[in-house]
Amino acid sequence: MRSRIMTLNGATHLILLLVGIAFIGPFLWMILTSLKSLEEISSLPVTILPDVFKWDNYTQVFDVIPFGRYFWNTLIITVLSVAGQLISAPMVTYSITKIEWFGAKWIFPIVIGTMLLPYQVTMIPVYLIFQKLHLTGGYWPLIIPTFTAAPLYIFLLRQFFMQLPNSLIHAAKIDGASEFRTYWNIVLPLSRPALTSVGIFTFLYTWSDFLGPLLYINNSSKYTLTLGLQAFLAEHYTEWGLLMAASLMFTLPIVVIFFFAQKQFIEGISLTGIKG
Amino acid sequence: MKKNLTGLAFASPWIVGFLVFTLYPLGASFYYGLTDFNVFQSPKFVGLDNYSELMRDDLFWKSVRNTLYLTVISTPVNLIFSLLMALLLNRRIRGLSWYRTVYYIPTIIPLAATSLLWMWIMNAQYGLLNAMLGRLGLPQPNWLADPALTKASLVLMGLWGVGNIIIIFLASLQEVPRSLYESASIDGAGAFRSFLNITLPTISPIILFQLIMQVINNLQYFTQAYFIVSSTNLNAGTSGGPENSMLMYAMYLYHNAFQYFKMGKASAMAWILFVIAGAITWLIFRSSKRWVSYGGGD
Repeated sequence: MRSRIMTLNGATHLILLLVGIAFIGPFLWMILTSLKSLEEISSLPVTILPDVFKWDNYTQVFDVIPFGRYFWNTLIITVLSVAGQLISAPMVTYSITKIEWFGAKWIFPIVIGTMLLPYQVTMIPVYLIFQKLHLTGGYWPLIIPTFTAAPLYIFLLRQFFMQLPNSLIHAAKIDGASEFRTYWNIVLPLSRPALTSVGIFTFLYTWSDFLGPLLYINNSSKYTLTLGLQAFLAEHYTEWGLLMAASLMFTLPIVVIFFFAQKQFIEGISLTGIKG
Repeated sequence: MKKNLTGLAFASPWIVGFLVFTLYPLGASFYYGLTDFNVFQSPKFVGLDNYSELMRDDLFWKSVRNTLYLTVISTPVNLIFSLLMALLLNRRIRGLSWYRTVYYIPTIIPLAATSLLWMWIMNAQYGLLNAMLGRLGLPQPNWLADPALTKASLVLMGLWGVGNIIIIFLASLQEVPRSLYESASIDGAGAFRSFLNITLPTISPIILFQLIMQVINNLQYFTQAYFIVSSTNLNAGTSGGPENSMLMYAMYLYHNAFQYFKMGKASAMAWILFVIAGAITWLIFRSSKRWVSYGGGD
């Protein structure tokens, strides 16, 4: 019996390890490729470690695309989007979880419904609205909608807000605090972990978004990093060392955030998935 | 009354967003779908012409088939693989947080970078995948250029990004009360029986939710295919990859709207997608009454 359990555990570890290698391997391959020269990449047999570590692939990225500018553009959109969701999503969630009013009951089912709505269904009329407002070509069409609380974040925050004891809110009200004061001074500070998750996910989503910028931004000086990478790919298809270096530099901010806030990532993910 | 006003004030960002960015566009795209509309001139009512044009459009059907194929293969593959990994991780093993981190990392890498990376790994001549297959003496297919293999390659790519589903499943497995298993094992139930009778029913609401989100996301599949197709070396003059085998529904819709400026036709496609997504979700929900259990261990 004991030895059977041992082999079972051994098998579990073996599978977990092999899958782990399959998951981390491609990422390592990205790093290794980013350090290889074009000659090495386009010769056979395929080498694992670079013959010569070509660190200047990273500096060369700045020569072939205006990486700094794209980085800055992406950062502006991302920071404003994070602000948008962090301002709007908790407000709306508060209204449907902690205020007794007629909308509290029917907003959430609609939120769930819109969560299931494919982006493409509303894409064209929304584009035409922004075109009418002469805002296409700039960042506002990407930023303004984030101030209207994305369904996923309402969903995530609702899980968290429902766990906050109502007695706290009643106590504040008895002390004469207004609804806004209660929200601002009590509910928001208590929700910091959930708000961090919303901030992180918005950052991740906006930083990585491709379709949004593809629709609205056409002037290459305003490109985000995803658009820049795509344009670079279309023109320099074979320069995989540079492409991998650029991809890594693009991914780096997210990896940094991940290692600082791993707990919030994991908890946030669980919050969005638990309970149908 | 005052409560209603405060509630309304707090909910106003969402209400405005819902009206302007969801409800109005939903109606407007239905109307545009019935018009001939190229952005430069105002829409002209043509009835169901766009829909009958789509029915006769081979590329439309190609994109429908490609997208359904991907959805039907990728969804169960991703869910079953994630569940298996979560079950293994849930065996109170050592190094859990390490494994969890390793599985999760690919999901935070932007799809743009993921697509580039896998294009390189699946490169027929210099790619890592074929180098490994060659070492093992196996055939080295042209993953992204052989129309018979392109979608399978996309499924494989997708499998790399299931870390968040693994974590969600793991979190829900950890919430299954241990006492349920203990009483089952006293009743003489083996590991497989308790999986069928306890684990699956308890986490079924989460599986349902992930199933629906996977289907909806796959129906919108865009970025990866768009990236692969935009490396012009791979596609000989088509915009949907080799023999249009990677022409996804969302891509064809995008082409119609923003490259050919056929906003009417694209809007008709948007509404067809709306109906298909709605119908599939409804069917899953309806069937779920039979396999999802609420209450009990929840």
